Amino acid sequence: MSGRLPSFRNGVHPPEHKELTSGIPSRRLPFPDEIILPLSQHIGRPAEALVKPGDRVERGDVIAKATGLISSRVHTSAAGTVKSIEQWPHPSGTMQPSVRIEVDPHSTQLQRPRLVPHWDEVPAEQLSEEISKAGIVGLGGAAFPSHVKMRPPEDQPVDVLIVNGSECEPYLTSDHRTMLEQPEYVHQGIRIVLRALGIERAVIGIELNKPDAIEVMRKTAPTDLDVSVQPLKVKYPQGAEKMLIKTVTGREVPSGKLPSAVGALVQNVATTASIARVFDTGEPLIERIMTVSGRGVKQPGNWLIPFGTKLRDVIDACGGMTGDIAEIVFGGPMMGQSQASLDVPVLKATGGILLLSRDECKRQDILPCIRCGKCIDACPVYLNPQLMGALARVERFEEMSKNNLGDCMLCGCCSFVCPSNIPLSQLFAMSKMQLSRMKAA
Amino acid sequence: MNETTVKITAAPHVRSPESTTRIMWSVVLSLVPVIAASIFFFGPSAVLVLGASTAGCLLTERLFGTRRDSIADGSAVITGLLLGMCLPAGIPLWMAFLGGVFGVAFGKLIFGGLGQNVFNPALLGRAFLQAAFPVAITTWPVRGENWWALAGDNFALPFMTPTVMDAMTGATPLGILKFSDDPVVTPVLNLILGSTGGSLGETSAGLILAGGIYLAIRGHLNWHIPVSILLSVFVFSGIFYALGLSPFSPWFMLFSGGLMLGAWYMATDMVTSPVTNRGCWVFGAGIGLLVVIIRIWGGLPEGVMYAILLMNALVPFINRATQPRKFGSVRRAAETEE
Repeated sequence: MSGRLPSFRNGVHPPEHKELTSGIPSRRLPFPDEIILPLSQHIGRPAEALVKPGDRVERGDVIAKATGLISSRVHTSAAGTVKSIEQWPHPSGTMQPSVRIEVDPHSTQLQRPRLVPHWDEVPAEQLSEEISKAGIVGLGGAAFPSHVKMRPPEDQPVDVLIVNGSECEPYLTSDHRTMLEQPEYVHQGIRIVLRALGIERAVIGIELNKPDAIEVMRKTAPTDLDVSVQPLKVKYPQGAEKMLIKTVTGREVPSGKLPSAVGALVQNVATTASIARVFDTGEPLIERIMTVSGRGVKQPGNWLIPFGTKLRDVIDACGGMTGDIAEIVFGGPMMGQSQASLDVPVLKATGGILLLSRDECKRQDILPCIRCGKCIDACPVYLNPQLMGALARVERFEEMSKNNLGDCMLCGCCSFVCPSNIPLSQLFAMSKMQLSRMKAA
Repeated sequence: MNETTVKITAAPHVRSPESTTRIMWSVVLSLVPVIAASIFFFGPSAVLVLGASTAGCLLTERLFGTRRDSIADGSAVITGLLLGMCLPAGIPLWMAFLGGVFGVAFGKLIFGGLGQNVFNPALLGRAFLQAAFPVAITTWPVRGENWWALAGDNFALPFMTPTVMDAMTGATPLGILKFSDDPVVTPVLNLILGSTGGSLGETSAGLILAGGIYLAIRGHLNWHIPVSILLSVFVFSGIFYALGLSPFSPWFMLFSGGLMLGAWYMATDMVTSPVTNRGCWVFGAGIGLLVVIIRIWGGLPEGVMYAILLMNALVPFINRATQPRKFGSVRRAAETEE
């Protein structure tokens, strides 16, 4: 597998470190004594709690309902008793209303049976409704409610489903393990999404550093549908929606538009697998494979972890922290979020938990910009981070907006390459916040 | 679980090992062979002149630098060495020192220090010396028999007329071909090896090329700039040579004078060159054209310094004109734009 592969322009090559966990089959993490389920685990409006303290819940029960168009249900991942609904540390760094459930130590933790129609016997429109009921959100990291994606605007027909198996963030191997361990679920999910969209073509993009996953996905691909596997160059951020669409179709999603503007729709492999599970066993989205990695954890591995499990319990199950732990990150090292508390729960969007040692996340002093232009050569959406960084420092946010700050997806490539260690993507994240605050005012 | 201290930082949590300091020092490293060659060709005077110009830069940076320990970033050392490289071996040391002081003070610090300046500090220092001491800076020593002999009156006191030993001065290959009554074309091979008259670092095109290619491979200089300069010089001088307007053949143009040093080490100064690759093509092409024009028709034998300084001044405009295109702004974008 070599030759000229299609790719996108720019991007970076951070050290991968996937060998720490890529060969370790996923195992189920023991159920903790207590789970914390924030009402906001997705992009959009927080869910509204349906339970009250003292309520008995079974695994898979709905505990919060979606509010509004872009929102998602929350289900409990373990049977037990609702202790309280209170403000609790959230992986985003804020306090969020969360349902605290004391897990029943005597429960078998079998899911309460749930009736789901056969995927091929209901009208296609009903599929997205079932997906919505199961609380499915994009598992690639953004946690955008999947059912919303599956109803593209009438005037923007989708002609291709792109399935994201690139997993370009260093360290993470959860999508890799999903493809190896549940290839039938991944393909079945693709089949269901294709039916819901009324189209027949899907392309699974997988980076070349996962040759075994490419092979397995090829071998298990259905013969009656146009589903192909596209090997991808190993380059960050290959898995970003716009980059993947550009690579696979050659089309560029215009600024501020949805992928459907160029006739594409992207779903992560773990998302399609969880969609398939909904129609197979009726299981809503209550757990997923997460990678626990980094040199700061004693036993790196891939784990099937119920949502709401506290970081503390995950680390304990993985043998604890090593002495030179320096930083704990939810997600990948390029876009993930630093954690300040061991009490934060893992959520739907948590693909990985990284415990980084001092050597892995060293930083050098910030020096002045020397206008080397490396950030411009790294930016996958063709921005000029050098100019925007200078504008951010003097708080000229409007001007940044004119320089297409809105296109910045905070992938971190510019910060990664900057030889002067200027925290460019951090400046851009803050500028975006300032701009939206100014708009709201 | 025992108490553990972790840090909270914004993404990305990993960084490339590249650093500005490392870039600067690897530029210094790549200059070592060129320095060695200049010592080989010009004797102890080379050490003295390079030392004096570098001392001028370092002292100024130390006294007036905008950041603490700004000497450690290596940029002042580069300025000093590059300035020394484009001075003749026999120049009085106080002038070399003064050039370093001027280059760092007025070429860099007055703009706010590292990263803020418009003009290449080393070239600005040289331009100052050229204007202030036109004779000393164009007095090219010819190597004598004795390697240990100084190449000129290095120890002349400030503002005293240096004693020029007639027998020991010669002219550069460019000067010979342009101004002499008896023009001689220096063989290109001699230019590459460096066995010709000229400034300290101008004379060994081969080693400069090697150092530059090393930096380009390490990603410490943008190869678009030297390639574009050299291409542009070759093409334009080729055209004028073919038309009979110029005595310089394109190959002679490429390897003579300060072009190699300028193209690989001066024009590529990240601070004073464009930020986009497209901009670098424009920048280099402009320098090449100006070099050819000044060399053929200008009042000076050499034009690399002014060519680069002039294009330095245009960098903000080049940057503005060569911004990257907006992602998604071509192809189907037109159809979907409201």
